[in-house]
Amino acid sequence: MFPGADNQAGPGAGARADKRAERTLGALAAAVLVLIGLMVVTVGIDAWPSFSANGLSWFGPGGNVVTQFRAMHAGTPLAGHSLLYFRAWPLIWGTLIVTVLAVAIALVVSTLAAIFLTEFAPRPVRRVLEPVVRLLAGVPSVVYGLIGILAIAPWINEHLISNARKQSVAYVVQLNGADLMTATLILTVMILPIMIALSSGALASVPASWREGSAALGVNRWRTIWRVSLRTARPALAAATVLATARALGEAIMLAMVSGGLPFAANPLDGLTFLYEPVQPLGATIVQEFGGQTTGPVANTIYAIAMVLLVSAALLSFAGWAVKQPLKGYGIGV
Amino acid sequence: MATAELASRPTPPAIVRPPRDGTASWPRLDRVGYYLCWATGIGLCVIAAAIVLFMLVKGISYLRPSLFLESPAPSQHQAQAGGFLDPIVGTFIVTALGILMAAPAGVALAAWLSEYGRPTWLARAVESAIEMIAGVPSIVLAIFGLIIFSQGFLGFLSQRASDGTVTGQSFLVAGTVMAVLALPLIVGATRAALDQLPGRLREASYALGKTRVTTIRSVLLPAIRPGIASGIVLGIGRIIGDTAIIVILLGGTLKNEPVDSVPLLGTLRGTGSTLTSYIYGNSPAGEGNAPQKAYAAAFVLLMIVLLLNALVTLLTSGRERPATRKLASMLTGRMPWIR
Repeated sequence: MFPGADNQAGPGAGARADKRAERTLGALAAAVLVLIGLMVVTVGIDAWPSFSANGLSWFGPGGNVVTQFRAMHAGTPLAGHSLLYFRAWPLIWGTLIVTVLAVAIALVVSTLAAIFLTEFAPRPVRRVLEPVVRLLAGVPSVVYGLIGILAIAPWINEHLISNARKQSVAYVVQLNGADLMTATLILTVMILPIMIALSSGALASVPASWREGSAALGVNRWRTIWRVSLRTARPALAAATVLATARALGEAIMLAMVSGGLPFAANPLDGLTFLYEPVQPLGATIVQEFGGQTTGPVANTIYAIAMVLLVSAALLSFAGWAVKQPLKGYGIGV
Repeated sequence: MATAELASRPTPPAIVRPPRDGTASWPRLDRVGYYLCWATGIGLCVIAAAIVLFMLVKGISYLRPSLFLESPAPSQHQAQAGGFLDPIVGTFIVTALGILMAAPAGVALAAWLSEYGRPTWLARAVESAIEMIAGVPSIVLAIFGLIIFSQGFLGFLSQRASDGTVTGQSFLVAGTVMAVLALPLIVGATRAALDQLPGRLREASYALGKTRVTTIRSVLLPAIRPGIASGIVLGIGRIIGDTAIIVILLGGTLKNEPVDSVPLLGTLRGTGSTLTSYIYGNSPAGEGNAPQKAYAAAFVLLMIVLLLNALVTLLTSGRERPATRKLASMLTGRMPWIR
């Protein structure tokens, strides 16, 4: 091509085309912002009736979520309340407990796995482990859910929950294996890959000279990792945790399948039985209560739940950005 | 003679390496940590192997060729519940729609972010917006799609119920929302590829008098084709595996049900199912309760996902990167396929 072939149509035509392209692409980019804005506004507007009817007690405890949804479906308000009466605490509690447990377990396991991947694993092992991590990340949530509900839950029901334990809480809730423990375990496996990927990325990018300096002082490898690498990568581990929390919070299908499908506020005071009690996180509730309605009290309540999830996701997204900032000083990109 | 010279040269003394420090000299606590690391690594492999083997056994015992050729039928008995022809077609339609929308938009966005990116504040804002979309749970995207597409003026995308309200559930709607879901992955992969290109490519093109848009179109984009391809495959994987959007936005009918007699458009405006919603529906959590069918479909889905996984590995590795850098390039930073 002859230099300046763009300018055949006259001087400046190429530059004009360039400006036009820049503006078009820029408009597309702005459309993404509009999309986010639209999402917050539309979900917010449709969620508002539910929030305004319940006030802040929307987030509080009170009554049975199942009864409340049934009243909304039937169109007959519960005695002494409006049609939109809704108390989400059992769902929020379920979300919190499942998320916190899963993230806590995953944090420990993923840190160990990341250390193993970057430091100790011999090359052949590493070559197996990387695809394994990616495989775990790739398995669709519905497949995890299927395995959970058809294989793990029945096994827990038969082998881990004794009849005495079932009887001890039979007057409030039935234990059948689809419970807090199953949900937490599967959720842990689901969020592990992203945490391992981010943590091992950060560990691998800790400057080698820092570790060498520590090794030269006679510190063994484990202490070096513990005192130098992990400490440097701490913000990255925090960022990975935040991202995984967002993941866990938004998981809906798997949890709808294995968490028991009963909006029951599992009670830690029940001791070990606590782990075998059903829960129903927020996302799972949307899946379970959705029946095709786009208007009306049920829809408003579902939109309100979605709004809570959306706001949490946005906050976590911001938190993830904030905790990564200290790393920039080390020149470690995550 | 070079060979004679080489032969006559005395062999250099072997490099004396200090013995690698074993764990034997470590304090007990450190050794516990070391063994815990090994245990975690092996444990992960065991979990993955268990999942694959379990699905393999179940899949082989319940998968029949006829399942691919029959439409699902509502039935109390698993034997008469038909196959999953419609869900497979549905999966294909939704994925195609989603990628056809997400790929051009994603590549264009990445090109703007990497090559123009001005004004800076807008670029920053768009970057964090895309990051936020990546973090929004798909169930919330589904609810958002439902609200938008059940507006009256968008009725042509789905269908109207008998009372005149728009259902907001159709292949077109699900595909569009899936495009939003896949967008961050495609943008991420394309940007990563653009940022890895050596600056001399751009400079050479500018030196020839090319404008930026020509440079992008005829120099940069062809050069990052594998990067874009891996982004698209990641997007496909994400779309194929998503259930929440399908459950909310595809109407939850077993068969693909066209709206009217217009051949293609009717199907696109109609409701249907995909493999994921078929699995969900046939699991004990759904209405069908045909676990054998669910296992068979899950096996097919898992195989598709594994294939896509292998494809990404093929696309992202083996490209002029020395083997030692491969781990770092796979693991550093984003590992975008995990998003």
